Amino acid sequence: MSAEVTVRIPEALRQFAGGSRELHVVASSVDELIAGVAAAGYGTLVNHICARDGQLRPFVNLYLGDVSIRTLDGQRTNLRAGDIVTILPSVAGG
Amino acid sequence: MSGREQRLAELREHVPQITPEEAYRLAQGNATLLDVREPEELAAGAPTGAVRLGRSFLELKVEDAIPGLHDPVLVLCASGIRSLFAAESLQRLGYQDVRSVAGGYEAWKRAGLPTEQPRILSTQERSRYARQLRIPEIGEQGQGKLLASRVLLVGAGALGSPAALYLAAAGVGTLGIVDADSVELSNLQRQILHTTERVGTPKVQSAWQTLNALNPSIQINKHELRLDSTNAEEVVRGYDLVIDGTDNFPARYLLNDVCLKLKLPYVYGAIYRFEGQVSVFWPAGAPAGAPTPCYRCLYPAPAPAELAPSCAEAGVLGVLPGVIGTLQAIEALKLILHIGDSLVGRLLCYDALTATFREFKTAADAQCPYCSKLDAFPGYVDYEAFCRDTQAA
Repeated sequence: MSAEVTVRIPEALRQFAGGSRELHVVASSVDELIAGVAAAGYGTLVNHICARDGQLRPFVNLYLGDVSIRTLDGQRTNLRAGDIVTILPSVAGG
Repeated sequence: MSGREQRLAELREHVPQITPEEAYRLAQGNATLLDVREPEELAAGAPTGAVRLGRSFLELKVEDAIPGLHDPVLVLCASGIRSLFAAESLQRLGYQDVRSVAGGYEAWKRAGLPTEQPRILSTQERSRYARQLRIPEIGEQGQGKLLASRVLLVGAGALGSPAALYLAAAGVGTLGIVDADSVELSNLQRQILHTTERVGTPKVQSAWQTLNALNPSIQINKHELRLDSTNAEEVVRGYDLVIDGTDNFPARYLLNDVCLKLKLPYVYGAIYRFEGQVSVFWPAGAPAGAPTPCYRCLYPAPAPAELAPSCAEAGVLGVLPGVIGTLQAIEALKLILHIGDSLVGRLLCYDALTATFREFKTAADAQCPYCSKLDAFPGYVDYEAFCRDTQAA
Protein backbone atom coordinates (compact mmCIF):
# COMPACT_ATOMS: atom_id res chain seq x y z
CA MET A 1 0.00 0.00 0.00
CA SER A 2 1.38 3.42 -0.97
CA ALA A 3 2.33 5.85 1.77
CA GLU A 4 4.20 9.11 2.09
CA VAL A 5 7.96 8.81 2.11
CA THR A 6 10.55 11.55 2.62
CA VAL A 7 13.39 11.92 0.13
CA ARG A 8 16.45 13.82 1.36
CA ILE A 9 18.25 15.74 -1.38
CA PRO A 10 21.98 16.47 -1.10
CA GLU A 11 23.15 19.99 -1.76
CA ALA A 12 24.72 19.08 -5.10
CA LEU A 13 21.35 17.95 -6.47
CA ARG A 14 19.06 20.56 -4.93
CA GLN A 15 19.23 22.69 -8.03
CA PHE A 16 17.19 19.94 -9.71
CA ALA A 17 14.67 19.75 -6.86
CA GLY A 18 13.58 23.36 -6.79
CA GLY A 19 16.11 24.06 -4.07
CA SER A 20 14.33 21.72 -1.64
CA ARG A 21 16.17 19.80 1.04
CA GLU A 22 13.40 17.24 1.13
CA LEU A 23 10.66 15.99 -1.16
CA HIS A 24 7.61 14.07 0.00
CA VAL A 25 6.38 11.35 -2.31
CA VAL A 26 3.70 8.69 -2.04
CA ALA A 27 5.30 5.36 -2.94
CA SER A 28 5.40 1.73 -1.85
CA SER A 29 8.75 0.90 -3.44
CA VAL A 30 11.92 2.68 -4.50
CA ASP A 31 10.89 2.35 -8.15
CA GLU A 32 7.59 4.04 -7.34
CA LEU A 33 9.42 6.71 -5.40
CA ILE A 34 11.64 7.51 -8.39
CA ALA A 35 8.59 7.67 -10.64
CA GLY A 36 6.87 9.87 -8.09
CA VAL A 37 9.76 12.31 -8.01
CA ALA A 38 9.62 12.57 -11.80
CA ALA A 39 5.83 12.99 -11.73
CA ALA A 40 6.21 15.81 -9.20
CA GLY A 41 8.06 17.80 -11.85
CA TYR A 42 11.61 16.81 -10.98
CA GLY A 43 12.37 14.69 -14.03
CA THR A 44 15.78 16.32 -14.39
CA LEU A 45 16.73 15.12 -10.93
CA VAL A 46 15.68 11.59 -11.88
CA ASN A 47 17.63 11.81 -15.13
CA HIS A 48 20.73 12.69 -13.12
CA ILE A 49 20.50 9.83 -10.67
CA CYS A 50 19.13 7.15 -13.03
CA ALA A 51 20.38 5.98 -16.41
CA ARG A 52 18.06 5.69 -19.43
CA ASP A 53 17.17 2.14 -18.44
CA GLY A 54 15.86 3.47 -15.13
CA GLN A 55 18.64 1.90 -13.08
CA LEU A 56 20.44 3.92 -10.46
CA ARG A 57 23.72 5.35 -11.71
CA PRO A 58 26.87 3.93 -10.07
CA PHE A 59 27.90 7.25 -8.49
CA VAL A 60 24.64 7.51 -6.55
CA ASN A 61 23.54 5.56 -3.53
CA LEU A 62 20.01 5.53 -2.22
CA TYR A 63 19.75 4.80 1.47
CA LEU A 64 16.64 3.61 3.22
CA GLY A 65 17.40 4.77 6.73
CA ASP A 66 21.06 3.92 7.13
CA VAL A 67 21.06 0.95 4.74
CA SER A 68 21.85 1.11 1.03
CA ILE A 69 19.07 -0.23 -1.14
CA ARG A 70 21.79 -2.09 -3.10
CA THR A 71 22.09 -4.38 -0.06
CA LEU A 72 18.30 -4.69 0.23
CA ASP A 73 16.11 -5.45 -2.76
CA GLY A 74 17.49 -2.75 -5.03
CA GLN A 75 14.88 -0.52 -6.61
CA ARG A 76 12.21 -3.08 -5.74
CA THR A 77 12.83 -2.43 -2.04
CA ASN A 78 9.53 -1.88 -0.29
CA LEU A 79 8.83 1.40 1.47
CA ARG A 80 6.55 2.16 4.37
CA ALA A 81 4.91 5.30 5.66
CA GLY A 82 7.41 7.56 7.34
CA ASP A 83 10.45 6.00 5.66
CA ILE A 84 13.31 8.34 4.85
CA VAL A 85 15.28 7.78 1.66
CA THR A 86 18.56 9.69 1.31
CA ILE A 87 20.29 10.31 -2.00
CA LEU A 88 24.06 10.12 -1.54
CA PRO A 89 26.16 10.95 -4.60
CA SER A 90 29.94 10.81 -4.69
CA VAL A 91 31.68 14.06 -3.85
CA ALA A 92 34.89 15.28 -5.44
CA GLY A 93 35.88 18.36 -3.46
CA GLY A 94 38.55 18.51 -0.81
CA MET B 1 64.97 -14.98 59.07
CA SER B 2 65.22 -11.22 58.37
CA GLY B 3 62.14 -9.07 58.28
CA ARG B 4 62.46 -8.78 54.49
CA GLU B 5 62.69 -12.53 54.04
CA GLN B 6 59.76 -13.10 56.36
CA ARG B 7 57.65 -10.60 54.44
CA LEU B 8 58.55 -12.21 51.12
CA ALA B 9 57.67 -15.62 52.48
CA GLU B 10 54.26 -14.28 53.50
CA LEU B 11 53.72 -12.78 50.06
CA ARG B 12 54.65 -16.04 48.36
CA GLU B 13 51.98 -17.75 50.41
CA HIS B 14 49.30 -15.32 49.32
CA VAL B 15 50.29 -14.56 45.74
CA PRO B 16 50.29 -17.39 43.18
CA GLN B 17 53.43 -17.46 41.04
CA ILE B 18 53.66 -18.64 37.47
CA THR B 19 56.50 -19.21 35.04
CA PRO B 20 57.14 -16.73 32.20
CA GLU B 21 56.08 -19.40 29.71
CA GLU B 22 52.74 -19.83 31.46
CA ALA B 23 52.32 -16.05 31.65
CA TYR B 24 52.96 -15.75 27.94
CA ARG B 25 50.37 -18.43 27.21
CA LEU B 26 47.74 -16.80 29.43
CA ALA B 27 48.47 -13.34 27.97
CA GLN B 28 47.53 -14.70 24.53
CA GLY B 29 44.05 -15.19 26.00
CA ASN B 30 42.19 -12.79 28.24
CA ALA B 31 44.91 -12.20 30.87
CA THR B 32 46.70 -8.85 31.12
CA LEU B 33 50.47 -8.92 31.49
CA LEU B 34 51.32 -5.93 33.69
CA ASP B 35 54.93 -4.74 33.70
CA VAL B 36 55.45 -2.73 36.92
CA ARG B 37 59.06 -1.73 36.31
CA GLU B 38 59.80 1.98 36.30
CA PRO B 39 60.25 3.81 32.96
CA GLU B 40 64.04 4.01 33.27
CA GLU B 41 64.22 0.20 33.49
CA LEU B 42 62.43 -0.27 30.19
CA ALA B 43 65.45 0.68 28.10
CA ALA B 44 66.52 -2.94 28.53
CA GLY B 45 63.38 -4.03 26.68
CA ALA B 46 59.96 -5.28 27.75
CA PRO B 47 57.63 -8.18 27.05
CA THR B 48 55.77 -7.54 23.81
CA GLY B 49 52.26 -6.25 24.36
CA ALA B 50 52.53 -5.86 28.14
CA VAL B 51 50.69 -3.02 29.86
CA ARG B 52 53.41 -0.87 31.41
CA LEU B 53 52.63 0.86 34.66
CA GLY B 54 55.51 1.70 36.99
CA ARG B 55 55.22 0.43 40.58
CA SER B 56 55.26 4.00 41.96
CA PHE B 57 51.93 4.92 40.31
CA LEU B 58 50.40 1.45 40.28
CA GLU B 59 47.61 1.92 42.81
CA LEU B 60 46.69 5.32 41.42
CA LYS B 61 46.43 4.33 37.77
CA VAL B 62 45.76 0.62 37.54
CA GLU B 63 41.97 0.92 37.47
CA ASP B 64 42.22 3.03 34.32
CA ALA B 65 44.55 0.51 32.69
CA ILE B 66 42.73 -2.64 33.87
CA PRO B 67 39.13 -1.76 34.71
CA GLY B 68 37.82 -5.28 35.29
CA LEU B 69 38.43 -6.58 38.81
CA HIS B 70 37.74 -10.14 37.66
CA ASP B 71 40.18 -10.00 34.74
CA PRO B 72 43.31 -12.14 35.24
CA VAL B 73 46.39 -9.97 35.88
CA LEU B 74 49.94 -11.28 35.56
CA VAL B 75 52.39 -8.97 37.27
CA LEU B 76 55.98 -8.78 36.11
CA CYS B 77 58.99 -6.82 37.44
CA ALA B 78 62.73 -7.19 36.88
CA SER B 79 63.36 -10.30 38.97
CA GLY B 80 60.07 -11.37 40.51
CA ILE B 81 60.33 -9.61 43.89
CA ARG B 82 58.58 -6.26 43.39
CA SER B 83 55.88 -8.04 41.42
CA LEU B 84 54.94 -9.90 44.62
CA PHE B 85 54.40 -6.60 46.43
CA ALA B 86 52.56 -5.17 43.46
CA ALA B 87 50.35 -8.25 43.18
CA GLU B 88 49.41 -8.01 46.83
CA SER B 89 48.47 -4.34 46.36
CA LEU B 90 46.23 -5.32 43.46
CA GLN B 91 44.57 -7.96 45.61
CA ARG B 92 43.86 -5.30 48.22
CA LEU B 93 42.33 -3.10 45.53
CA GLY B 94 39.92 -5.91 44.77
CA TYR B 95 41.51 -7.72 41.82
CA GLN B 96 40.40 -11.32 42.15
CA ASP B 97 42.90 -13.18 39.99
CA VAL B 98 46.43 -11.81 40.35
CA ARG B 99 49.62 -13.76 39.80
CA SER B 100 53.30 -12.87 39.92
CA VAL B 101 55.68 -13.89 37.14
CA ALA B 102 58.52 -15.75 38.83
CA GLY B 103 61.97 -14.48 37.87
CA GLY B 104 60.51 -11.35 36.24
CA TYR B 105 61.79 -9.91 33.00
CA GLU B 106 65.19 -11.58 33.42
CA ALA B 107 63.52 -14.98 33.34
CA TRP B 108 61.23 -13.85 30.49
CA LYS B 109 64.27 -13.02 28.38
CA ARG B 110 66.06 -16.24 29.30
CA ALA B 111 63.01 -18.19 28.19
CA GLY B 112 63.30 -16.58 24.74
CA LEU B 113 59.81 -15.08 24.90
CA PRO B 114 58.96 -12.09 22.65
CA THR B 115 60.26 -8.69 23.68
CA GLU B 116 60.09 -5.20 22.24
CA GLN B 117 62.00 -1.99 22.75
CA PRO B 118 59.57 0.53 24.24
CA ARG B 119 59.91 4.12 23.16
CA ILE B 120 61.15 6.00 26.24
CA LEU B 121 59.81 9.55 26.28
CA SER B 122 62.15 12.43 26.97
CA THR B 123 61.34 15.06 29.60
CA GLN B 124 60.34 17.46 26.83
CA GLU B 125 58.08 14.87 25.23
CA ARG B 126 56.43 14.13 28.56
CA SER B 127 55.67 17.81 28.89
CA ARG B 128 54.54 18.35 25.28
CA TYR B 129 52.17 15.39 25.26
CA ALA B 130 51.16 15.60 28.94
CA ARG B 131 47.44 16.02 28.25
CA GLN B 132 47.16 12.93 26.09
CA LEU B 133 49.54 10.90 28.26
CA ARG B 134 46.90 11.24 30.97
CA ILE B 135 44.30 9.51 28.81
CA PRO B 136 44.23 5.82 29.77
CA GLU B 137 43.66 4.75 26.15
CA ILE B 138 46.87 6.54 25.11
CA GLY B 139 49.39 6.82 27.94
CA GLU B 140 53.09 6.30 27.34
CA GLN B 141 52.62 3.20 25.25
CA GLY B 142 50.13 4.92 22.99
CA GLN B 143 52.35 7.95 22.66
CA GLY B 144 55.16 5.59 21.71
CA LYS B 145 52.95 4.18 18.97
CA LEU B 146 52.15 7.67 17.70
CA LEU B 147 55.81 8.66 17.66
CA ALA B 148 56.67 5.50 15.75
CA SER B 149 53.83 5.93 13.26
CA ARG B 150 54.04 7.16 9.67
CA VAL B 151 51.08 8.91 8.07
CA LEU B 152 50.86 10.11 4.48
CA LEU B 153 48.66 13.11 3.75
CA VAL B 154 47.82 13.44 0.09
CA GLY B 155 46.98 17.08 -0.47
CA ALA B 156 48.16 19.99 1.69
CA GLY B 157 44.93 21.85 1.05
CA ALA B 158 41.63 22.29 2.81
CA LEU B 159 41.30 18.78 4.30
CA GLY B 160 45.02 18.15 4.64
CA SER B 161 45.64 21.35 6.60
CA PRO B 162 43.67 20.59 9.78
CA ALA B 163 44.56 16.90 9.59
CA ALA B 164 48.29 17.68 9.33
CA LEU B 165 48.20 20.25 12.12
CA TYR B 166 46.51 17.93 14.59
CA LEU B 167 48.58 14.88 13.68
CA ALA B 168 51.80 16.88 14.03
CA ALA B 169 50.60 18.29 17.34
CA ALA B 170 49.69 14.80 18.58
CA GLY B 171 53.20 13.58 17.84
CA VAL B 172 52.72 11.35 14.82
CA GLY B 173 56.40 10.70 14.29
CA THR B 174 56.56 10.89 10.52
CA LEU B 175 54.21 12.88 8.34
CA GLY B 176 54.50 12.72 4.58
CA ILE B 177 52.93 15.57 2.64
CA VAL B 178 52.11 15.14 -1.05
CA ASP B 179 51.25 18.20 -3.13
CA ALA B 180 52.47 19.58 -6.43
CA ASP B 181 50.83 23.01 -6.15
CA SER B 182 51.94 26.36 -4.80
CA VAL B 183 50.04 28.50 -2.32
CA GLU B 184 47.49 30.88 -3.85
CA LEU B 185 45.71 33.75 -2.14
CA SER B 186 42.34 32.06 -2.72
CA ASN B 187 43.55 29.02 -0.73
CA LEU B 188 43.93 30.93 2.52
CA GLN B 189 40.20 31.10 3.34
CA ARG B 190 40.40 27.41 4.34
CA GLN B 191 43.92 26.00 3.90
CA ILE B 192 45.18 26.95 7.33
CA LEU B 193 48.64 25.47 6.92
CA HIS B 194 49.60 28.40 4.72
CA THR B 195 50.07 32.14 5.18
CA THR B 196 49.75 35.29 3.12
CA GLU B 197 53.50 35.80 2.91
CA ARG B 198 53.92 32.31 1.46
CA VAL B 199 51.73 32.88 -1.58
CA GLY B 200 53.70 31.43 -4.48
CA THR B 201 55.62 29.01 -2.24
CA PRO B 202 55.25 25.28 -2.91
CA LYS B 203 52.57 23.95 -0.56
CA VAL B 204 54.81 21.16 0.74
CA GLN B 205 57.41 23.75 1.76
CA SER B 206 54.80 26.00 3.35
CA ALA B 207 53.31 22.99 5.18
CA TRP B 208 56.74 21.98 6.40
CA GLN B 209 57.34 25.47 7.82
CA THR B 210 54.05 25.52 9.72
CA LEU B 211 54.30 21.96 11.03
CA ASN B 212 57.96 22.28 11.96
CA ALA B 213 57.17 25.42 13.94
CA LEU B 214 54.38 23.57 15.74
CA ASN B 215 56.36 20.41 16.49
CA PRO B 216 60.02 20.38 15.47
CA SER B 217 60.58 16.92 16.94
CA ILE B 218 58.71 15.05 14.20
CA GLN B 219 59.92 14.10 10.75
CA ILE B 220 58.09 15.77 7.85
CA ASN B 221 58.67 14.32 4.41
CA LYS B 222 57.97 16.64 1.49
CA HIS B 223 56.71 14.95 -1.67
CA GLU B 224 56.38 17.77 -4.19
CA LEU B 225 54.68 15.81 -6.92
CA ARG B 226 51.31 14.75 -8.26
CA LEU B 227 50.51 11.13 -7.52
CA ASP B 228 49.83 8.97 -10.55
CA SER B 229 49.87 5.30 -11.50
CA THR B 230 53.61 5.34 -12.01
CA ASN B 231 54.71 6.84 -8.70
CA ALA B 232 51.92 6.20 -6.19
CA GLU B 233 53.13 2.88 -4.88
CA GLU B 234 56.69 4.11 -4.40
CA VAL B 235 55.49 7.17 -2.45
CA VAL B 236 52.88 5.39 -0.32
CA ARG B 237 54.95 2.32 0.54
CA GLY B 238 56.43 2.58 4.03
CA TYR B 239 53.59 4.63 5.51
CA ASP B 240 51.08 3.11 7.92
CA LEU B 241 47.99 4.79 6.50
CA VAL B 242 46.90 7.40 3.99
CA ILE B 243 44.71 10.45 4.54
CA ASP B 244 42.84 11.64 1.47
CA GLY B 245 42.99 15.40 1.16
CA THR B 246 42.57 15.41 -2.60
CA ASP B 247 40.02 17.38 -4.59
CA ASN B 248 39.31 15.19 -7.59
CA PHE B 249 38.03 11.73 -8.49
CA PRO B 250 41.08 10.36 -10.34
CA ALA B 251 43.19 10.93 -7.22
CA ARG B 252 40.59 9.31 -4.97
CA TYR B 253 40.35 6.14 -7.09
CA LEU B 254 44.14 5.98 -7.30
CA LEU B 255 44.47 6.31 -3.51
CA ASN B 256 41.87 3.61 -3.01
CA ASP B 257 43.71 1.28 -5.34
CA VAL B 258 47.20 1.85 -4.00
CA CYS B 259 45.95 1.41 -0.43
CA LEU B 260 44.27 -1.84 -1.47
CA LYS B 261 47.46 -3.04 -3.12
CA LEU B 262 49.57 -2.19 -0.06
CA LYS B 263 46.80 -3.30 2.37
CA LEU B 264 46.76 0.07 4.13
CA PRO B 265 43.84 1.97 5.67
CA TYR B 266 42.53 4.76 3.42
CA VAL B 267 41.01 7.61 5.45
CA TYR B 268 38.56 9.28 3.09
CA GLY B 269 37.10 12.77 3.28
CA ALA B 270 35.22 14.91 0.74
CA ILE B 271 33.39 18.23 0.88
CA TYR B 272 30.86 20.26 -1.07
CA ARG B 273 29.84 23.76 0.06
CA PHE B 274 28.24 22.99 3.45
CA GLU B 275 28.34 19.19 3.39
CA GLY B 276 31.07 16.65 3.99
CA GLN B 277 31.67 12.91 4.04
CA VAL B 278 34.18 10.87 6.05
CA SER B 279 34.91 7.17 6.11
CA VAL B 280 37.71 4.64 6.40
CA PHE B 281 38.24 1.98 3.75
CA TRP B 282 40.42 -0.91 4.83
CA PRO B 283 39.36 -4.29 3.41
CA ALA B 284 42.69 -5.85 4.40
CA GLY B 285 41.97 -5.08 8.04
CA ALA B 286 38.61 -6.87 8.05
CA PRO B 287 38.21 -10.02 10.13
CA ALA B 288 37.93 -13.28 8.20
CA GLY B 289 34.42 -13.84 6.91
CA ALA B 290 33.31 -10.24 7.49
CA PRO B 291 34.56 -8.24 4.49
CA THR B 292 34.47 -4.46 4.58
CA PRO B 293 34.17 -2.21 1.53
CA CYS B 294 36.63 -0.15 -0.46
CA TYR B 295 35.82 3.21 -2.01
CA ARG B 296 34.90 1.49 -5.28
CA CYS B 297 32.27 -0.61 -3.48
CA LEU B 298 30.56 2.58 -2.33
CA TYR B 299 31.06 4.51 -5.55
CA PRO B 300 31.90 2.22 -8.49
CA ALA B 301 32.14 5.27 -10.74
CA PRO B 302 32.61 9.00 -10.23
CA ALA B 303 29.83 11.56 -10.53
CA PRO B 304 29.86 13.69 -13.67
CA ALA B 305 31.59 17.02 -13.32
CA GLU B 306 28.37 19.03 -13.31
CA LEU B 307 27.13 17.13 -10.23
CA ALA B 308 30.42 17.02 -8.38
CA PRO B 309 32.29 20.21 -9.12
CA SER B 310 35.49 21.08 -7.35
CA CYS B 311 35.54 23.60 -4.51
CA ALA B 312 37.05 26.08 -6.97
CA GLU B 313 33.91 25.80 -9.10
CA ALA B 314 31.21 25.28 -6.46
CA GLY B 315 32.68 27.11 -3.49
CA VAL B 316 33.02 25.82 0.03
CA LEU B 317 32.53 27.16 3.53
CA GLY B 318 36.08 27.54 4.83
CA VAL B 319 35.38 25.93 8.19
CA LEU B 320 33.76 22.80 6.69
CA PRO B 321 37.07 21.11 5.78
CA GLY B 322 38.18 21.98 9.30
CA VAL B 323 35.46 19.68 10.60
CA ILE B 324 35.98 16.92 8.05
CA GLY B 325 39.80 17.05 8.06
CA THR B 326 39.79 16.95 11.84
CA LEU B 327 37.53 13.90 11.80
CA GLN B 328 40.00 12.27 9.40
CA ALA B 329 42.83 13.04 11.84
CA ILE B 330 40.86 11.45 14.68
CA GLU B 331 40.27 8.32 12.59
CA ALA B 332 43.99 8.15 11.83
CA LEU B 333 44.91 8.44 15.51
CA LYS B 334 42.40 5.73 16.46
CA LEU B 335 43.80 3.40 13.82
CA ILE B 336 47.37 3.98 15.01
CA LEU B 337 46.43 3.50 18.65
CA HIS B 338 44.07 0.56 17.97
CA ILE B 339 41.35 2.19 20.06
CA GLY B 340 37.65 2.83 19.58
CA ASP B 341 35.52 1.93 16.58
CA SER B 342 36.80 3.24 13.30
CA LEU B 343 34.58 4.41 10.45
CA VAL B 344 35.30 1.20 8.53
CA GLY B 345 31.92 0.09 7.18
CA ARG B 346 30.32 3.45 7.93
CA LEU B 347 30.01 6.71 6.03
CA LEU B 348 29.63 9.76 8.27
CA CYS B 349 27.94 12.72 6.61
CA TYR B 350 27.94 16.22 8.07
CA ASP B 351 25.55 18.99 7.08
CA ALA B 352 26.83 22.28 8.47
CA LEU B 353 23.63 24.21 7.70
CA THR B 354 21.45 21.94 9.81
CA ALA B 355 24.28 21.06 12.20
CA THR B 356 23.50 17.38 11.61
CA PHE B 357 25.67 14.29 11.51
CA ARG B 358 24.17 11.24 9.83
CA GLU B 359 25.71 7.81 9.55
CA PHE B 360 25.19 5.28 6.75
CA LYS B 361 26.34 1.68 6.55
CA THR B 362 28.73 0.81 3.76
CA ALA B 363 28.96 -2.77 2.55
CA ALA B 364 31.55 -4.71 0.60
CA ASP B 365 30.54 -5.56 -2.95
CA ALA B 366 31.23 -9.26 -3.45
CA GLN B 367 31.77 -8.53 -7.16
CA CYS B 368 34.15 -5.58 -6.65
CA PRO B 369 37.04 -6.20 -9.05
CA TYR B 370 39.48 -4.49 -6.67
CA CYS B 371 38.75 -5.63 -3.13
CA SER B 372 36.81 -8.89 -3.46
CA LYS B 373 40.10 -10.73 -4.05
CA LEU B 374 42.71 -8.87 -2.04
CA ASP B 375 45.64 -10.94 -3.24
CA ALA B 376 44.70 -10.56 -6.91
CA PHE B 377 45.14 -6.83 -7.46
CA PRO B 378 43.94 -6.14 -11.02
CA GLY B 379 46.45 -3.34 -11.65
CA TYR B 380 46.47 0.40 -11.87
CA VAL B 381 44.67 2.18 -14.69
CA ASP B 382 44.82 5.57 -16.35
CA TYR B 383 42.71 7.29 -13.69
CA GLU B 384 42.05 10.44 -15.69
CA ALA B 385 40.73 8.33 -18.55
CA PHE B 386 38.76 6.04 -16.21
CA CYS B 387 36.97 9.00 -14.65
CA ARG B 388 36.44 10.78 -17.95
CA ASP B 389 35.01 7.67 -19.62
CA THR B 390 32.76 6.60 -16.76
CA GLN B 391 31.52 10.15 -16.22
CA ALA B 392 30.59 10.37 -19.86
CA ALA B 393 28.80 7.01 -19.81
